[in-house]
Amino acid sequence: MAFREEHEIHKRRFGRNLGVGLTLALFIGIVFGLTVVKVTSVGQMQGFDHVLRPELLPKEGAAKP
Amino acid sequence: MTDTRADTTRDMDQMAEASFGDYVALLKPRVMSLVVFTALVGVLVAPTPMHPFLAMTSILFIALGAGASGALNMWWDADIDAVMKRTARRPVPAGKVKPGEALGVGMALSGISVVMLWLAANLVSALLLAFTIFFYAVVYSMWLKRSTPQNIVIGGAAGAFPPMIGWAVATGGVSVESVLMFALIFMWTPPHFWALALFMKEDYSNAGVPMLTVTHGRKSTRTHILVYTILLAPVAIGAAFTSIGGPIYLATALVLNAGFLLGAWRIWRRDEVQAEADKYAVEKQVFRFSLYYLFLHFGAFLAEAALRPYGIGGW
Repeated sequence: MAFREEHEIHKRRFGRNLGVGLTLALFIGIVFGLTVVKVTSVGQMQGFDHVLRPELLPKEGAAKP
Repeated sequence: MTDTRADTTRDMDQMAEASFGDYVALLKPRVMSLVVFTALVGVLVAPTPMHPFLAMTSILFIALGAGASGALNMWWDADIDAVMKRTARRPVPAGKVKPGEALGVGMALSGISVVMLWLAANLVSALLLAFTIFFYAVVYSMWLKRSTPQNIVIGGAAGAFPPMIGWAVATGGVSVESVLMFALIFMWTPPHFWALALFMKEDYSNAGVPMLTVTHGRKSTRTHILVYTILLAPVAIGAAFTSIGGPIYLATALVLNAGFLLGAWRIWRRDEVQAEADKYAVEKQVFRFSLYYLFLHFGAFLAEAALRPYGIGGW
């Protein structure tokens, strides 16, 4: 037995609500995907504030391997 | 009795209520498909390689921006759309979506698409997209469409921006190549739409839109089609000699422009009596040809880029 009787509007707007829900899910997926791609493709960045880590840069005058 | 009346009222409400598909229709999906194709070509022919996910999402947001401008256009032009046979079944004139909703959807999606394109690609492409939406919704729909018969000429710029935005997504800038892709669509739009206007004459007259056919007459429109097709040819063929062109594109452009010029010449030679006699057969033929014309030009750009790694594409 359902806790609450389903209103007629729930049935009537099911298609629209489903469409909005799927669109939002897609949007979340895109933002997540963009975050993953950006974070993994920018190279030597410190994770907490997205700045370059100077200590990872090759030192000037240092012998090349 | 009361129940029956309540049921009837509910049925009517159900008929008038918008489905998800009606909101999608606000975004003019057919126009979006052209935007996706030309923007994709802009990204793929650019010399800078892109991460596939970033390219895909960028094109999605360019298409969403184009859809947003379509929704704003439907909000503003609902009165015209209701009169024209071709557009009377659009969601706003059909009473499925309220004008305010169309405005809300258009504004919200405009903001989302521009900001997301900035995040996915770069600021230049996002600014170009914002300008395109502004140009289509404000400059074309609100200002030019009802005030000048040159509406199609200047308004055509809005449809010409997507490949330029695609190029900016990949390169972060504007170049001769992207300007030529823009110019190709820009110069193609007037003869394409005027050919349509010649055989859809009732629609534009009834709506009071100052199309060239209504303000300057049909003979003048035929001359304009020929002149613009002549001006289009050097732009289309000129693109062959840039970094995105090559022998495949040059051969395609030569054949297609010869065909388009021949069609425009045939339209120019005819008068209304001849056109009425065969129910605008030549005008309809040229209109259909113009669709293939644009598709095949951009297809040829794509072919050049796709074959370049194998040493076939490009010069």
